[in-house]
Amino acid sequence: MSVLTLTIEGRDVAGQTGHTILQVARENGIPIPTLCHLQGLSDVGACRLCVVEVEGQRKLFPACVTTIDEGMKVTVNSERLAAHRRRIVELLFTERNHICSVCIADRNCELQDLAVAVGLTHFELPLLSPQAVVDATHERFGIDHNRCVLCTRCVRVCDEIEGAHTWDVMGRGTEARLITDLGIPWGDSNTCTSCGKCVQVCPTGALFEKGRSVAEARHRRPYLPYLVAHEGRTR
Amino acid sequence: MTVAADAPPASPPRDDKRWRQVDVRIRRLGARPDALIEVLHTVQEVFGYLDDDALSYVSEALSVPPSRVLGVATFYSHFVRKPQGEHTCVVCMGTACYINGAGAILNRIHDTLGIDAGATTSDGRISLLRARCLGACSMAPAVVIDDEVHGRLSPDAVQHMLEAL
Amino acid sequence: MTEAGTPTPARRRRQDPLIPAGPVRASAHVCMAAGCLSMQADTVFDSLCERVTARGLTDVAVKRVGCLGLCAAGPLVAVPETGRLFDRVAAGDDAALDGVVDGLAGGEGGRPIATDPFFSHQVKVVLEHCGQIDPERVEDYVAVGGYESLTKAVTTMTPAEVLGEVTRSGIRGRGGAGYPTGLKWTTVAKTDSPHGKYVVCNGDEGDPGAFMDRSVLESSPQQVLEGMAIAGYAVGANHGYVYVRAEYPLAVKRLTTAIRQAEHAGLLGPRIADTSFGFDVEIRIGAGAFVCGEETALIASIEGGRGTPRPRPPYPAASGLWGKPTLINNVETLASIPTIIGRGAEWYSAIGSGKSLGTKVFALAGSVVNTGLIEVPLGLTLREIVFEIGGGLPGGGKFKAVQTGGPSGGCMPESLLDMAVDYESLAQAGSIMGSGGMIVMDDGTCMVDVAKFFMDFCREESCGKCIPCRVGTTQMYGLLDRITRGLASRDELAELESLAGMVRDTSLCGLGQGSPNPVVSTLRYFRDEYMAHIDDHLCPAGVCKMEPREAALAAGEVAP
Ligand SMILES: Cc1cc2nc3c(=O)[nH]c(=O)nc-3n(C[C@H](O)[C@H](O)[C@H](O)COP(=O)(O)O)c2cc1C
Ligand code: SF4
Ligand code: SF4
Ligand code: FES
Ligand code: FES
Repeated sequence: MSVLTLTIEGRDVAGQTGHTILQVARENGIPIPTLCHLQGLSDVGACRLCVVEVEGQRKLFPACVTTIDEGMKVTVNSERLAAHRRRIVELLFTERNHICSVCIADRNCELQDLAVAVGLTHFELPLLSPQAVVDATHERFGIDHNRCVLCTRCVRVCDEIEGAHTWDVMGRGTEARLITDLGIPWGDSNTCTSCGKCVQVCPTGALFEKGRSVAEARHRRPYLPYLVAHEGRTR
Repeated sequence: MTVAADAPPASPPRDDKRWRQVDVRIRRLGARPDALIEVLHTVQEVFGYLDDDALSYVSEALSVPPSRVLGVATFYSHFVRKPQGEHTCVVCMGTACYINGAGAILNRIHDTLGIDAGATTSDGRISLLRARCLGACSMAPAVVIDDEVHGRLSPDAVQHMLEAL
Repeated sequence: MTEAGTPTPARRRRQDPLIPAGPVRASAHVCMAAGCLSMQADTVFDSLCERVTARGLTDVAVKRVGCLGLCAAGPLVAVPETGRLFDRVAAGDDAALDGVVDGLAGGEGGRPIATDPFFSHQVKVVLEHCGQIDPERVEDYVAVGGYESLTKAVTTMTPAEVLGEVTRSGIRGRGGAGYPTGLKWTTVAKTDSPHGKYVVCNGDEGDPGAFMDRSVLESSPQQVLEGMAIAGYAVGANHGYVYVRAEYPLAVKRLTTAIRQAEHAGLLGPRIADTSFGFDVEIRIGAGAFVCGEETALIASIEGGRGTPRPRPPYPAASGLWGKPTLINNVETLASIPTIIGRGAEWYSAIGSGKSLGTKVFALAGSVVNTGLIEVPLGLTLREIVFEIGGGLPGGGKFKAVQTGGPSGGCMPESLLDMAVDYESLAQAGSIMGSGGMIVMDDGTCMVDVAKFFMDFCREESCGKCIPCRVGTTQMYGLLDRITRGLASRDELAELESLAGMVRDTSLCGLGQGSPNPVVSTLRYFRDEYMAHIDDHLCPAGVCKMEPREAALAAGEVAP
């Protein structure tokens, strides 16, 4: 493994071959917004919030899956990127029914944090307002599809860490939604070990623990770093 | 994974001879998880559609988690989860047919049969499907009724053909 | 949505082709491709066999062949010995059928192929054997020189020489993006892989108005297999997959037959031409997802999963099927290879112009007289294709636009008719070469409606993995829908344009990135049509039904 040097946001930084732009940026305290990425899980490059510009290239690169090159010049914040990120978050809010004031994750939600970070103050696009359901059949947990942003963190943690593969995604396009086993109620699942990892990694209030107050739910964040042990896997 | 390594081989959901055809195919493919789509094709060929029992059986036989089986079965529009009607009517909605009025044909069938594309009439007689280019663009708009391609159609002509079924 | 496949031709028992034991004086080639088949070409075939037998013509053959090209005038029967084509040979039309039999017996009739403008501008490389051979008989393919190129490659050339030949031919990928084929092959060849490599033939052909690959697979499947084997030899792969859509059952059937026959004849399998090189091919059947044409999605699908793309790099050339280096090429690209090796790179690169060398197959359709399948040298102008080969618009209709590239392509207006059809010019004009669908539109077509049609397609085919495409195409469709209903404001048009840029820039794969193209290109050339819908509440082509604004106002659907 050799060390490569590059610049991110005009700062000279160094990283190892095979490391991603996101990794190196974070090591150097340069924030890049993310949603589908979670340290310790494989990366899917799906939310596109982490896109950055690389000098000399017209297309944009998702920082979470793009490995660094010697001499690379990376821009994390530009007017274009800011506008794109604001749009992405807006698209997420308009896709399903995110009504923060009645959500268990209010003020403890990555989507909400992102909206603040990208400066999203109002929606220009219409709300799609699909009909989505809540499955509260599991004795300890529940899922509210209205809040799901299809980041697939729960799918990955359940498969890669817990090894249960209870979750997956069915359908495609905006019809896509999360399923437990053969689309059965979560409470009837016999692959689910009730470990609660999916609930821990969910960035929104889609997966929740029953009977927890908002204040208690807020404590769960520090739980995440335990996954770091599995660092380094991709795809 | 749903099946422990030493679990007994999965048994078919119903006592139906047709499962043998599926089993033969599964064995020929080595019961590997990556044979999932091939096996789903076989099940649909044999039974006409994929129901939950079938998906569950395939999941066990190939050691693929059930959620993954359902995820795959619903990703591809060729796979259907309900039995199809006695007759099928496929309207081409490819570009050439679309600009030649396939939309009006689809609307008329919708009005005549009272069903949307992808559905079957409540008496189970006719299933309405859509296709993306039948390779008969020169005959646009084209419709396939019970495996026979008809070209240069008008809404009236299609309605007559359906009423004659 | 449930999609259906096209039917396999005859359910009833197939009549065997008539092939005389002795020398053949003349042969009737009856087209059995989708267009002619939809006009009962199978019945025509049976009747011809009967009539030939009844007349006692013992030195005449009647064969089923693949697409003869001029689908608009089907059912078609060609007699290669006399160079004549009989068109509109309808089943049950005694005069027409007897005309063909007369032609076989030495009479005149039919139209001369050599001087017909539809055929004379074409140069056939990929389609060389289409309509000439029976696709279900490997003997036919071998008789026209089939598998000579593979034998030549494995017995007289090193893999590096094959790579060199393909590189010098200048051929670029015919699946859409136009990536130089030689470069791609070289990358795969250079990647070390102790555990094998793969060659994948992409026959997913999802463009909803294109059927080139299907015609090649149905008309000359051996040619594609030969191309794959040569590719395998060049890059060091011994195993190939053909990924065909389930909607093409006939192509699947013919490929299955072709693989079996080729293996049986020792043309594929272990120790090809008594060398140490072996190559086998398996078929994988898609299941109705346009996105599976994208190479990483195609790999996921072959591996039995949901066909969702993944970010590249790593490119399949480095890490593809089961993590092994994988060469993915389009059907047409691979079908060109036997000719390139057989006739040499110089011969091939003399066709075409600039950076776009060789020939390209197009499916010509829409408002044009000669709809059908054509193969032309790259660099011909749109005008030559639409008006000379295509014969112009039927009934003297007025040309409005020609669409290339399908859902990721664009619409070119009259002012661009003299543009050369090559990768660079098309890109500059805001379209793409795409896989080869070419749809001619007259002034009865509404360009906003066309844009909406393609957006609807993308929205339905979006895999749903990345947000910009999943939600962005849905939102763009909604805005287009409002424009076509006469409900949208200028602000909403601005919104649409801004969304288009963002979806293009940030989507994960080519489906999302290309989805705004039909909107952007129609806005570029036909903006006045959009404005008419918005400002004048009017669809100039008379296609869209405008909704009364008052009612919409009352329902709160539009801004006052
Ligand atoms: C959404 C999408 C659909 C595609 N569909 C096809 C297809 O149907 N057939 C094809 O050959 N290539 C298709 N491609 C292009 C392939 O990804 C790939 O570039 C091509 O198969 C490479 O072969 P070539 O170099 O011979 O063109 C598609 C790409 C995208 C992004
Ligand atoms: S439930 Fe939560 S973790 Fe799972 S996909 Fe939805 S938003 Fe992501
Ligand atoms: S661009 Fe569309 S099809 Fe491609 S990965 Fe994203 S959602 Fe899927
Ligand atoms: S965090 Fe990189 S794409 Fe989602
Ligand atoms: S578009 Fe309908 S047959 Fe091609």
